[in-house]
Amino acid sequence: MPSLGADMAAGTLTRWDVKPGDHVNSGDTIGVVETDKANVEIEVFESGIVDRLIVQPGAKVPVGTPLALIRGEAEAPAKAPALVRASPMARRLAREYRLDLATIAGSGPHGVVERADVERVAKQAEVRPGPAAPVPPAAPAPQPPAPQPSEGAGMRRAIAAAMTRSNREIPHYYLETHIDFSNAQRALETINLRRSVKERLLPAALLFKAVATALAEVPELNGYWIDDEPHQSERINVGMAIALRQGGLVIPAIHDADAKSLDEIMEAMRDLITRARSGSMRSSDLVDSTITVTNLGDLGVESVYGIIYPPQLALVGFGKIVERPWAENGMIGIRPILSATLAADHRATDGHRGARFLSALERYILQVQPG
Amino acid sequence: MNATEIREAVRDILHRFAPEADLDALAPTADLREALDIDSFDFLNLLNALHDRLGVDIPESDYGRVRTLQTLTEYLTAS
Repeated sequence: MPSLGADMAAGTLTRWDVKPGDHVNSGDTIGVVETDKANVEIEVFESGIVDRLIVQPGAKVPVGTPLALIRGEAEAPAKAPALVRASPMARRLAREYRLDLATIAGSGPHGVVERADVERVAKQAEVRPGPAAPVPPAAPAPQPPAPQPSEGAGMRRAIAAAMTRSNREIPHYYLETHIDFSNAQRALETINLRRSVKERLLPAALLFKAVATALAEVPELNGYWIDDEPHQSERINVGMAIALRQGGLVIPAIHDADAKSLDEIMEAMRDLITRARSGSMRSSDLVDSTITVTNLGDLGVESVYGIIYPPQLALVGFGKIVERPWAENGMIGIRPILSATLAADHRATDGHRGARFLSALERYILQVQPG
Repeated sequence: MNATEIREAVRDILHRFAPEADLDALAPTADLREALDIDSFDFLNLLNALHDRLGVDIPESDYGRVRTLQTLTEYLTAS
């Protein structure tokens, strides 16, 4: 079960799209997992043959649980799985909870899986016995049904977990700058003037490109904080916070945004927003972001002081582009002004690096050309 | 296409982007994006859908003239 975000503890396998014996290539989607936030198509990252499907549809398992066994084409067929030693009660409970005994560490003598082990894993994964589970003969009187969580409650729980962790663990520092957007606006107008509505660029495409370009100059903000140290990422995958109509948000990645043209970024945005809002994300969309960008300018917000999405190192916020009096070369004029904020992890970088990043971001926006 | 047909087409398309909204309760002079919580991306898609349905390509410089249900319908009727 892949981790599809810092806020994910468990997921439910809802469907397999492959069967034992099928050949899969790296990047193929092989099934669908339901998280608190969305249904996500799971991709495979190595080519090979599906040897065994370990987890059955309907089962909710903790992150890290093997879902399937895929062997490389050169490998000999995998041996039959070793017999799992477990107590009869543990076997029965595992069946009821639809957990695979082979994925549960046993605490009994010689690693025997005991009832307590199954209950611990079930509790971690918050799984409940499936509908087909046999009712114990001495079952207590039925309880009134627990109130059903409202639609979106899982999404809120997931966001709550990630944001609480971020606020608890990450010492944020904030920097803000105001950028004259008139050159960028002219460039966009020039580009869009010759295009039909289908092909037009939004200012957001330019902002994502600006973030990626600035990160290439200041890579210390691009990556993760893991095991008490920063890990810079070689790829610049800009996560785009997308609000969903039903509430909540998802943060899929625009992969290698530094190497993409404005048109390619716009195309990636179109694809991701459409799929996020129709609920068809892929695992690589959700796990690859190396930084997050949130753009609240549409709502008239001037500045965003965001909370970093752990374990990332930074988050960039953009506000509304508003006309303001602007002094330059001793003259005052009216210009469209953009507010850009950086929230960064002070364990990984200091204000000096952050300031360099915002300065590089500003330089890109001031120099962007319509060609 | 007459004004009534254009109004119908606009309603259909708005409903697609804001399915939960009560369009009957939408004031004709209300800012569409604000009232229906439509972001810049969905606004672009909405213009795209209008283009596909009515054949009108609204240039960026005219976005200010199509902010409300009333002005959008008038704009499309005149085009």
